[in-house]
Amino acid sequence: MYYRVGRPRGLAERAVGYARKRVEERLTARLEDRDPDYLREALPLLWLLSTFYFRAEVRDLGNIPPDKPVLLVGNHSGGNIIVDTFVFSLAFSTYFGVERPFHQLAHNLAIAWPVAGGMLRKSGTVSASHEHAEQALEAGAPVLVYPGGDWETHRPSWKSGEIDFAGRKGFIQLALDAGVPIVPVVSIGGQETALFLSQGGGLARALRLDRLFRLKVLPISIALPWGLNVGDFAGHIPLPSKITIEVLPPIDLEREFGPDPDPDEVYEHVTSQMQEALDGLAAERRLPVIG
Amino acid sequence: MRINESTLVAAPAETVWNYLADPENYLRFMSGITHWEVAGDRPNGLGARYRILLGVGAAEVGGLVEMVEWNEPFDIAWHSVTGVDNRGRFRIREERPGRTRIEYRLAYGVIGGGLAGLLTEVAAVYPMRQQMRRTLRQLKRQVEHEQRRLETERRRGARRTAVS
Repeated sequence: MYYRVGRPRGLAERAVGYARKRVEERLTARLEDRDPDYLREALPLLWLLSTFYFRAEVRDLGNIPPDKPVLLVGNHSGGNIIVDTFVFSLAFSTYFGVERPFHQLAHNLAIAWPVAGGMLRKSGTVSASHEHAEQALEAGAPVLVYPGGDWETHRPSWKSGEIDFAGRKGFIQLALDAGVPIVPVVSIGGQETALFLSQGGGLARALRLDRLFRLKVLPISIALPWGLNVGDFAGHIPLPSKITIEVLPPIDLEREFGPDPDPDEVYEHVTSQMQEALDGLAAERRLPVIG
Repeated sequence: MRINESTLVAAPAETVWNYLADPENYLRFMSGITHWEVAGDRPNGLGARYRILLGVGAAEVGGLVEMVEWNEPFDIAWHSVTGVDNRGRFRIREERPGRTRIEYRLAYGVIGGGLAGLLTEVAAVYPMRQQMRRTLRQLKRQVEHEQRRLETERRRGARRTAVS
């Protein structure tokens, strides 16, 4: 009798434990998961797509210090298919070499994707947290963050030329704690890879997605191959929009704002500089998608 | 993938060599180059290292290269140390007095890149070849200009000697 009761309980516990472990594994990405050889072998495909499909252009990579950790702060575009991140990763890896560590922060759900999650880990992506970013910066690696996150990446296509960090200032404290400069990275074109209609913030709140999955949005777009695309959970086939990325000069917070910078002032400074650069890139575009 | 281009310049091999041996000249004639920097203590010679980047399509491609042959006045060859795998060579041969052929060879590839790697190598042939041709045209112009400057200097020196 003892064995009959005990054995099923043990199995159930083991099953739950296994499932929990698998979920934790999927949601965890360590710095050492980055694989330079994988990156080197992935570069040709990224180069083909970036050159011929997206006609990508990345300017002023020389603004990134060659031998110091920096916090790269970008505007997020393209829904869940973040084309500009792939283009920037290619440009960074060919400019500095795959040997130079480089990490990006991504939402837990992106890391947990069955195939893409593994690819993201190997390319240096870690789940978005202050702790992970600090570890990477301490290890001497540049870290790319998108303060606007899921809110900005799903903004309507007609707001393609707007920086929208939704008031998130955590990146400033991160740069101050790590003592590294901020290097703004501005891109345009990602929001034309589909017709993004709405972030669906109200819908996400109504469905409690923000509490359950840290999702502030339930975006609605018209995208290939789905037509009407709600959530963009399975991604979409991006239209061949021309992607242009510009790296701005580094901002040394202590030098520019004194030993105790005011986060509101820094936020205003960084976003206004990025907006100015984005206005310039937007002015260069003649037609949507074509560029 | 291996690309080979050549040009004939109106200058002796010695002038060509002296021009190619000076790392400061590379930014003047290498087409598509976005970055050329001496990396290390040696400006040139066997074992000298340079960080070189070349704009190809959507990326600046290159990395650290090391001089593996420095055979005056015939061959300068390099291999990549980091970055995209590549090896290159300037082969200098005087075909007749005052006429030198410069061959520019470049081989590149991505080991383990699979089908995409193969397609990339093929897709990059045209832009790379165009850049190599422009490089040789600029190199020919620069070397011949240098040769004319040297000859003028020599004539001026000879005239001064005759007058005195």
